[in-house]
Amino acid sequence: MPSLPDMTTPDVMALARDAAASQPHDPHLQDVDLKPAFFDWLCRMGDNTAILGHRISEWCGHGPVLEEDIALANTALDLIGHTQMWLGLAAEVEDAGRTADDLAFLRDAMKYRNVQLVELPNRDMAHTLMREFLFDAWHVEMLTALLQSGSPRVAEIAAKALKEVGYHVERSSDLVVRLGDGTDESHARMQDALDRLWPYAGELFLGDGVDAAVAKAGIAPAPGDLRAAWERTVDAVLDEATLRKPEGRFDVHRGGKQGRHTEHLGFILAEMQFLQRAYPGASW
Amino acid sequence: MYAQMVKSEGMKTLDEMSPEERAFQERIDRGEKIEPKEWMPDGYRKTLVRQIGQHAHSEIVGQLPEGNWITRAPTLERKAILLAKVQDEAGHGLYLYSAAETLGVSRDELTGKLLSGKMKYSSIFNYPTLTWADMGAVGWLVDGAAIMNQVPLQRTSYGPYSRAMIRICKEESFHQRQGYAIMMKMARGTPEQKEMAQDALNRFWYPALMMFGPSDKDSVHSAQSMAWKIKMNTNDELRQKFVDETVPQAEYLGLTVPDETLRWNDARGHYDFAQPDWDEFFEVLKGNGPCNRERLEARREAWERGAWFRDGLNAYADKAAARRASASIAAE
Ligand SMILES: [Fe+2]
Ligand SMILES: [Fe+2]
Ligand SMILES: [Fe+2]
Repeated sequence: MPSLPDMTTPDVMALARDAAASQPHDPHLQDVDLKPAFFDWLCRMGDNTAILGHRISEWCGHGPVLEEDIALANTALDLIGHTQMWLGLAAEVEDAGRTADDLAFLRDAMKYRNVQLVELPNRDMAHTLMREFLFDAWHVEMLTALLQSGSPRVAEIAAKALKEVGYHVERSSDLVVRLGDGTDESHARMQDALDRLWPYAGELFLGDGVDAAVAKAGIAPAPGDLRAAWERTVDAVLDEATLRKPEGRFDVHRGGKQGRHTEHLGFILAEMQFLQRAYPGASW
Repeated sequence: MYAQMVKSEGMKTLDEMSPEERAFQERIDRGEKIEPKEWMPDGYRKTLVRQIGQHAHSEIVGQLPEGNWITRAPTLERKAILLAKVQDEAGHGLYLYSAAETLGVSRDELTGKLLSGKMKYSSIFNYPTLTWADMGAVGWLVDGAAIMNQVPLQRTSYGPYSRAMIRICKEESFHQRQGYAIMMKMARGTPEQKEMAQDALNRFWYPALMMFGPSDKDSVHSAQSMAWKIKMNTNDELRQKFVDETVPQAEYLGLTVPDETLRWNDARGHYDFAQPDWDEFFEVLKGNGPCNRERLEARREAWERGAWFRDGLNAYADKAAARRASASIAAE
């Protein structure tokens, strides 16, 4: 769990300036040609964690057992923490006076860059956990690869996030196994969730011009490079869970990374952005 | 406070007590802690189960009014802080159910009584959270009132309860400060934000005063609980302390406490203040508060919809144990 900022600190801005001054120098931040792609890529990272964190936080107080309430809130909290880091860096790269909060709360769906998988409704714990698992298994590979990023700032964020995501994937894999191999009902629900979510998983591995530019700059791996490791994890866990891997294509639903979303995202944003939209310019 | 109107068994004098009861009372008077395996009067055990159980239920139901705003928190940082807070409350529920378990009552049994309406949770969580300022008011006033009661309970006679309170109090004081920080932002923000802040104070002031329960200065139940040190102060003492501490905080925010009779009484060294509407309080306890039905329904639904999940985990655990057993037989 990330440590929370001390609310009693009188001058938060001064602290932020000190922290910024101690950041490692990163030439990528000044690379004008790279800027649009780098910005987009950072938004993809931050929007994935923002929207998944939002979905998971919807469970707050409604979990099936107290330990799950705590674990779900904790996971959401981690993901919101990652969002602050990714969108914070995106705002720095953009250098247009926007903040992480501006990016999260004042962009409309068209400008959001998360994969469609993370915006789908929670439905039940089976869908919630299966989605988390499919995402976590990608997330952990992505962050591990980013430890080697040519951008020190990206590598730094990845290192911080990986500590938590290592735990996320452990937890979601474990629950997929237990529920898959639990009762007939829990098995059927997990299989149903897998079948429904499978056609959305592949978007995580589809590359476009943004990915190519960022890969060429040595910042991030090409998305397709993560697929083999992801499949190994998924195959092993599904096998242990006695679940059947769907036969159909896993990359049917795509476009989130380019700003083409499902109908669900608009409602998430309507809720999430309500206060910032209703009271422009207010500080909270 | 999170336990209201907890009934305890009637009070005996030292002369009327059995030798065991007298020795027990003398240990408490000396400030010793009572631990789970030790002898205790039946009434002590029953009263503690009611009180700790009600407190645990309050933490759990208390997730709902604040959970209501997590998806609408106005900044990433506020969202993170609120999530951390609600997560803490669930953790408090967990410590408290564990403390109750040391008295021989399981978490599932207590949960069953909450869901069937046999056990209560604090009246405060039956009030709605209508604007973002309510996240400030709840932290400031509700967690603030809870702290008034829980700080002295760190010295309660029952060991596991006392230790749970020590852990909980550390987090509650953080909750109160973050609530106050939200109020500060709102009260010094735009006119609309200030209006929301004042409205939140208007709505939560009297329900917060009700959290301490009606006056119990003549109650035998309270006298017994105080002799056993499972209640450390009267309800009126705690309410007065809360008012005395909170009024200057409201003034600092530039907000008005919704009580025209409120004034400093030099002779008493305390604020004089108006009592909340106790008829309203009893109506809320009876189930007629603004959100009683929703709160209990939300918890029931969570429990019922989670049945397959809990069953699935149990079935897996049984299978895994059977596999381990047959593996060890095969190895022999
Ligand atoms: Fe609490
Ligand atoms: Fe609380
Ligand atoms: Fe609290």
